[in-house]
Amino acid sequence: MVSNTPTLQVEDLKTYFYTKAGVAKAVDGVSFSVAKGEVMGLVGESGSGKTVTGFSIIGLVDPPGKIAGGRILFDGEDITSADGERMRRLRGRRIAMIFQDPMMTLNPVLRIDTQMIEAVQAHDKVDRQTAFERSRDALGQVGIPSPEERLKAYPHQFSGGMRQRVAIAIALLHKPDLIIADEPTTALDVTIQGQILYEVQKLCRERGMSLIWITHDLAVVAGLADSICVMYAGRIVETGTIADVIDRPLHPYTHGLIGSVPSHNKRGQPLAQIPGMAPSLLSMPQGCAFHPRCPRADDKCLVDPAMSTPRRPDHRVRCFHPHLEDAA
Amino acid sequence: MRLHLRGDGSIERMSVYIVRRLLQAVVVILVMSILVFAGVFMIGDPSEILISDDADQEERQRLVKSLGLHLPFYMQYLRFLGRAVHGDLGSSFVFNEPALLLILDRMPATLELAFSALLLAIVFGIPLGMWAGLKPDSLASKSIMAGSIFGFSLPTFWVGIMIIMIFAVILGWLPSGGRGETRDLFGVPVSFLTWDGLEHLVLPAVNLALLKISLAIRLTRAGTREVIHQDYVKFARAKGLRTSRIILVHVLKNILIPVITVLGLEFGSLIAFSVVTETVFAWPGMGKLIIDSINLLDRPVVVAYLMITVCMFIIINLVVDILYSVLDPRVRLQDVKG
Amino acid sequence: MTAATDFKEVDAAVAEAPMVVKDQTPFRRFLSDFAESKVAVAGFFTFLIIVFIAILAPWISPTNPYDLATVDILDSRLEPGEKMMTGTVAWLGTDGLGRDMVSAMFYGLRISLGVGAVSGLIALCIGVCVGLASAYFGGRVDTIIMRIVDLQLSFPAILIALVLLATLGKGVDKIIIALIVVQWAYYARTVRGSALVERNKEYIEAATCLGLSHNRIVFRHLLPNVMPPLIVVGTVQVAHAIALEATLSFLGIGLPTTEPSLGLLISNGFEYMMSGKYWISIYPGVALLVTIVSINLVGDRLRDVLNPRLAR
Repeated sequence: MVSNTPTLQVEDLKTYFYTKAGVAKAVDGVSFSVAKGEVMGLVGESGSGKTVTGFSIIGLVDPPGKIAGGRILFDGEDITSADGERMRRLRGRRIAMIFQDPMMTLNPVLRIDTQMIEAVQAHDKVDRQTAFERSRDALGQVGIPSPEERLKAYPHQFSGGMRQRVAIAIALLHKPDLIIADEPTTALDVTIQGQILYEVQKLCRERGMSLIWITHDLAVVAGLADSICVMYAGRIVETGTIADVIDRPLHPYTHGLIGSVPSHNKRGQPLAQIPGMAPSLLSMPQGCAFHPRCPRADDKCLVDPAMSTPRRPDHRVRCFHPHLEDAA
Repeated sequence: MRLHLRGDGSIERMSVYIVRRLLQAVVVILVMSILVFAGVFMIGDPSEILISDDADQEERQRLVKSLGLHLPFYMQYLRFLGRAVHGDLGSSFVFNEPALLLILDRMPATLELAFSALLLAIVFGIPLGMWAGLKPDSLASKSIMAGSIFGFSLPTFWVGIMIIMIFAVILGWLPSGGRGETRDLFGVPVSFLTWDGLEHLVLPAVNLALLKISLAIRLTRAGTREVIHQDYVKFARAKGLRTSRIILVHVLKNILIPVITVLGLEFGSLIAFSVVTETVFAWPGMGKLIIDSINLLDRPVVVAYLMITVCMFIIINLVVDILYSVLDPRVRLQDVKG
Repeated sequence: MTAATDFKEVDAAVAEAPMVVKDQTPFRRFLSDFAESKVAVAGFFTFLIIVFIAILAPWISPTNPYDLATVDILDSRLEPGEKMMTGTVAWLGTDGLGRDMVSAMFYGLRISLGVGAVSGLIALCIGVCVGLASAYFGGRVDTIIMRIVDLQLSFPAILIALVLLATLGKGVDKIIIALIVVQWAYYARTVRGSALVERNKEYIEAATCLGLSHNRIVFRHLLPNVMPPLIVVGTVQVAHAIALEATLSFLGIGLPTTEPSLGLLISNGFEYMMSGKYWISIYPGVALLVTIVSINLVGDRLRDVLNPRLAR
């Protein structure tokens, strides 16, 4: 019997940071859902709130930040205010996270096997030998050669790409239902990026795991994801299937993002750029957060736009003047 | 002890490093010896230093001749060095014994005190510091930090006087000075094996340890606060590890390295500071010896003490340096520049 | 160890933190940050009081304890509150020679603070010059100087002081020299550290391009920006110097008996402690304590306020 409950459902999530200089609304009313086996791309520039969204889902938002509103439903269960122990049991076992910089995510003074075995034993009561074998197999599956030797090494003895594969292997140890990958390839060079992208996608498809891939790079997500959410200044401004959003973007910001990808450019013409900068989360503009930089803005935009579905029910946009005229 | 070569050149590199540091240490010891020699012998009349004040004119002339005090400086230094290498650092005026022997005789007492203090610092300082680092805004943490300020503000001798007053005079729980009964452990007299010995050891050890406990608390707290915010701690939480494991393994191991090295280096200063504690508590160690000697103008002992202490220092620094590179895997496997 | 730390714990007060007034000069903001810790403010004022006492000692002491004409052996070891032969009340008792404790303490504070301040100041000047030169000129000069500094810093202060005093002998000037030698290295290292960071910043490059002389660049551009950590180290060092001098005097190898600092007073009183005449040792001890603790409180707070890394 196939359950139709989405693996993850986020409803109107608000995560605010209460600092001396004011309240920073890092995530301000974000809603989306991820189905079983779906790969979703969460795209936005730095400061858009995408990383904080990821941390909110897995419950690792530290003070002075705090989830100030909304709900997070994991497999139907409300985990927004789940207690420490409940979250701890979910983390690593059913929801896993991969961070951006693998050098600092692995503890430099502990060996790889220590760090993997403890991840296994945190959720399964198995003996050390079994945990060791599981770790070794996991390393093999992410394409690390001679895993037995590698296990005895320290993180700094690995290259960046290898370290990230170790992090992915750790994420996969318990076959979680959901993986949140926060810019996992940004710190790696381009050739490795492609490899890791492909492998992660393959593993997810094989095991029916849902994946949220957080990135600022549209191109990365275009070849990988099923659906995409575009974030700006703490809000989702557009969401839909990959085909819809990439080929027929509605929001001016998405439009600008896609237009600014160099491969889209015609030779000899200056690169299209979105003028201006993202607003500081402490002093947001009135109304639509993007309107100061938007070529289509007018007085209507001084009011906060709500989500609308001008074209198709699963292609939502938060804008008064979406690009309805585009065809390809 | 078989040396297991790791096949990646790391053991070889380590050996080279150790040898290099040893050579450096020897150089530093030589330099220090020249400085001490020059200081003691040049500022002040050399004959005064080596010849007791109550020798008469004839004695004096004889000694001047036999000690070579009429020779130029560098020759005197070389003679000094030659004798020093053979373990002869002069004879004490007061006790009429070789100075070196006097000092070695008293060394176990001082070392015992210093080790006890170090132990106390580690056992109390590190956990308290970690607590203060993990819950920085709690009342307990604030009191711990306030206490640590007192810990290193109060001059050791004053604290010593205070605790003698409180625990020995007023409460009468513990003796007010001196070393207790000793037993021989591998031929070295130690006092912690007897109850009486322990009683006498407690107050001076605590007194000496206070400064180091405060230091340990502050270091550990600072280290904890820094480590707690690192990505690998967040990642450990994302793996779903229990908090206790995160603190005791991930955080602790990262903090321990700098804290232990600093404390190790401070061990040398513990030996130096014992001068104060031994005076206050009448503990028969090297420190008390030197203070008495300075006051009694027993200069050979002073010189011998300085030389020995400086040597001990340098050796301690060397050992800690090596220990550091053994403990931190990042350092261990690279070519370490001396 | 403790029960598990709850990482989700949020301080409710943080959620209601008021917004900071943004229009303040850096100095005023520094003052208000500093004043957030009432303990540190208390420490500062205490220290001010002590400094006043020290400076005004000859005028505010009830007696002059070193004027041999007025000191009477019959006054010795009076309990606190008793009257002396001259009729003045010895509020904190008298010592073994008949000197009024209050006066002795005031004079003692004067000497202790004086020695600490003078040695600290000179050590500061030397350390700053050396540190700035080392950072500014870099290369070989830097390496050599830092080697010397590191070497000296690896030995505990008390050992260095012992070595120096054993060879130099007693005397106020010798103590001050010893204290200077012990302290300059800390200043040098601190200053060099910050100066190195600042040196690579653009305004120094700009000044060099403008053709300003080395002197001018170092003293008028580099120095002001290196001040904050220097101030922190300075306060702590002064406290250490005072404590060290007291320790040395207590051991009998410090200041001569003609200049009785608090350390000497405490040492003199030590022998009377067992027979219950605690006041001879305790009160000077308390005075010493209060001085050092207040300086350290201020220094500690300064360190927290001036440290950019801990800014939340």
